[in-house]
Amino acid sequence: MLIRLTGGTVYDPASGIDGQQQDIYIENGRIIDKPQGEFKVDQDYDLQGKVVMSGAIDMHTHIGGGKGNIARMLLPEDHRQDPVPRSDITRSGCGHAMPSTFVTGYRYAEMGYTAGFEPALLPINARQAHMEMGDIPILDKGGYVMLGSDDYLLRLLTAKKDQKAINDYVAWTMHTAKAIGVKVVNPGGINAFKFNQRKLDLDEQNAHYGVTPREILQVLATAVKELGVPHPLHVHGCNLGVPGNVQTTLDTIQGIGGLPMHLTHIQFHSYGTEGDFKFSSGAAQIAEAINSNKNITVDVGQILFGQTVTASGDNMRQHANHKFASPNKWVVMDIECDAGCGVVPFKYKDQNFVNALQWAIGLETFLLVNDPWRIFLTTDHPNGAPFTSYPHLIRLLMDRSFRNDMLSTIHPEAQKMTTLASIDREYTLQEIAIMTRAGAAKLIGLTDRGGLSAGNFADITIYTDNADRQKMFEKPDYVFKDGQLVVVNGKVVSTKWGTTHVVKPDFDPSVEKGLKDYFDRYLTMKLGNFKISDDEIIEDGRGSITVHPLSS
Amino acid sequence: MIEITEVPSPFCGIGTDDLTIRVDGVSIKVIENGCAVNTPAFEQAITDTSPRVNGQEVSLDVAITAAAALLKDTRLPVIGGCATDVNGMRALLALADRAGAVVDNMNFTGARNNFLALQDSGWMNTTLAEVKNRCDLLLIVGTDLEAFAPRFFERYLWNKEAMFLADTSARDIVYLGQSPTGSASTSPTGKQAHVLPCATEDLPEVIAVLRALVKAQPITAKTVCGIAVADLQALADKFKAAKYSVVTWAASALAYAQAELTVQQLSEMIKDINNQNTRSSGLPLAGKEGDQTANQVCGWTTGYPARMRFSAGYPEYDPFLNDTNLLLANGEADALVWVQAFNSKSVPPETTLPTIVVARSGMVFTKEPEVFIPVGTPGIDHVGHAYRMDNVVAIRLKKLRDSGLPSTAEVLNAIEQAL
Repeated sequence: MLIRLTGGTVYDPASGIDGQQQDIYIENGRIIDKPQGEFKVDQDYDLQGKVVMSGAIDMHTHIGGGKGNIARMLLPEDHRQDPVPRSDITRSGCGHAMPSTFVTGYRYAEMGYTAGFEPALLPINARQAHMEMGDIPILDKGGYVMLGSDDYLLRLLTAKKDQKAINDYVAWTMHTAKAIGVKVVNPGGINAFKFNQRKLDLDEQNAHYGVTPREILQVLATAVKELGVPHPLHVHGCNLGVPGNVQTTLDTIQGIGGLPMHLTHIQFHSYGTEGDFKFSSGAAQIAEAINSNKNITVDVGQILFGQTVTASGDNMRQHANHKFASPNKWVVMDIECDAGCGVVPFKYKDQNFVNALQWAIGLETFLLVNDPWRIFLTTDHPNGAPFTSYPHLIRLLMDRSFRNDMLSTIHPEAQKMTTLASIDREYTLQEIAIMTRAGAAKLIGLTDRGGLSAGNFADITIYTDNADRQKMFEKPDYVFKDGQLVVVNGKVVSTKWGTTHVVKPDFDPSVEKGLKDYFDRYLTMKLGNFKISDDEIIEDGRGSITVHPLSS
Repeated sequence: MIEITEVPSPFCGIGTDDLTIRVDGVSIKVIENGCAVNTPAFEQAITDTSPRVNGQEVSLDVAITAAAALLKDTRLPVIGGCATDVNGMRALLALADRAGAVVDNMNFTGARNNFLALQDSGWMNTTLAEVKNRCDLLLIVGTDLEAFAPRFFERYLWNKEAMFLADTSARDIVYLGQSPTGSASTSPTGKQAHVLPCATEDLPEVIAVLRALVKAQPITAKTVCGIAVADLQALADKFKAAKYSVVTWAASALAYAQAELTVQQLSEMIKDINNQNTRSSGLPLAGKEGDQTANQVCGWTTGYPARMRFSAGYPEYDPFLNDTNLLLANGEADALVWVQAFNSKSVPPETTLPTIVVARSGMVFTKEPEVFIPVGTPGIDHVGHAYRMDNVVAIRLKKLRDSGLPSTAEVLNAIEQAL
């Protein structure tokens, strides 16, 4: 079947197209060049005056894995306020802070998103993450496997194993966990918490292993680069949420020595200690460091006001943060000599000085980082806010007067502590398309997504241009996923199953010798039973695996 | 005849995955690393392979059509048992969503003690590998742990080596309430567990005193429910001295009213210990008959654990009102679907309502259900996934034999399609 999208205004940064009128042809799920000679169009969409972008990609969203399911179990009262009935084509579920899997897929698609990436795939919990993502309809998905607090890696470091041994272990883990990237959370800190350490600075040693976060970052960033994994090491740094952590973050950027590194939810890592409340914005310094270090990419982790739940692998920091739990209930777990997690409900309030300034710090970061190819639009769903708040966030970035109106309503002391009112920048549609499409696909290493040129999968979102950018982005006219029309006027009209994106870097098979011995002696599962097979993702007939090429 | 090694078990809840099993046709023999729970569960023979409608053997298609017809005009069907693998639960929830049914895991009344505590104040918990490598003090509350999981001590406490303990046999084991029935808790070097016995229903009082002592609150009584307060003080001191203590309980064994408050008291005590410059974690025991699996899959599909309903067209959770037995007794339900792929002895509750049973081959009924469809057991007849007690780890179950029995998922998906 040949589909033509006629006369839309196309924003396709991957091809350098910025608001030009173009026709797009779709056949067999992919975008094709205009057919030669005579051809018959089976379906024609008149898109005069509409905005056409590829489907949006959320490069950091907690949509699969145990901590999210703990968050669901913890908050029945949150679900009760947002029940989602079934329809002839969609399953029932619940929404708000941590939606059910089916509702996650529907609501992302209804905002024009066609892919989401789980950033914290614990090796031991990767099965669950893939099973949950396997129940998310429409979206493509993938995950970054979490390393850095696992005892095996720390033992390798203590034993002074060489970089090749680290690389083999990282590559093997990516295979077994079916990952497309590597994440590190509070490097070594989750492990240190199990030894009763309650904080771990960049150069502070793990009490048992004597290893520092700086060393962990160095070997993992090196491994990711040497293995040719396109997505740089995905880093949730030390000291999340701690006033003064701006210095830790600046040191982390300097310390990586030019290796590619992605700093996630940077907003939570950009705090100074100035002012009457000893809490200030470090966004300007962070943005300056990002602007001058081309090896660094970031996503923001914007907070937006209201109830949400924070779900993180960082059990050390989440335990410290439990004092702020609202409602006052929380879960912290140590997990399988592998990782940990902490789930703490939060209610961000615009009249709370700290929350109000966090909001401003995130926006300052967005607006002060010059290169939209190196900064990404996230709320660290659900940690800063549920993903459903993205259209509101886009309006804050694109509409200065709206932003300043909002600014004038937050805690007055926070208003005094932010430079936000003096920043004139407004994001353009092309810049939004870079952050949420082309840039994200490039960052993750997706070879045929995030663009509208021939050969790309036909993941396409069409909006009606509207000066109210929130209204525009919350209700696309059409969304196509792999060429199938899945959303019309902001409502799901059909569903399908997306693929799971992975990379498969090479490793020396002898890596399993040491691992088998370790599993038999210390873990609770046989090595053979630990490895996730492709079958587990595809056997129910819904899932598929897409392997992306490595960088040369 | 073949031998299969490294077989994981969905039955014991503690994720044993080192069984060696001999398969001869459809008969199964556990050759190595069996236990009182796993061996009989694996070796249970296949008897019936054919579905029945009103006691008559029929084809699978006929049985599915009959099941769908029976469900078609119901107003509040209840799907009980919910003892199956991840794909079985996925299909069960799809069917329940379509039929507007109640979903109720058979172990939920016990698990509720945990969920109510979790949903009111939360907890700090750990998993089995952390226990194996770190735990230097284990408090077992109200439970005969070796009866619950015969290989728990061998696998997770008396392991030869641990990464962070010089001598695993030096671990302190303390029982509170229930005494152990065997000697599995005695270390390989002969170190015995310390037992502080009391009646199960006295646990709330004893634990309240223990927590007060952990928080250094003054206690004037000399004994509580037969236990010397000095002994509880010694236990509180052990918690403070330990580097990584673990408290375990089986929610189902706390069989008295409002036992969720006991779970909460323990969980809050663990938080208190973590505020006294050392580490401590909880370890709820579960994972039997697919209970963790049911709660996990129901959790991500609906937002709620597995005692909820779809009758309004969307998920609603009530951990009391959606109890199968209550709905049957009150006359609120109008049909029962019983799903039990693991245990043929776990029969549906007695009811006069039309009943569909999708269960392990060999189930014997006092009253023949309208529809009976024997299904394969996950981890024996087909591959699958099951959650361990510690909730983080899903184990990959193997297919051991070709029995020709359909999976729970195949049967429930077919019924849903027929609706």
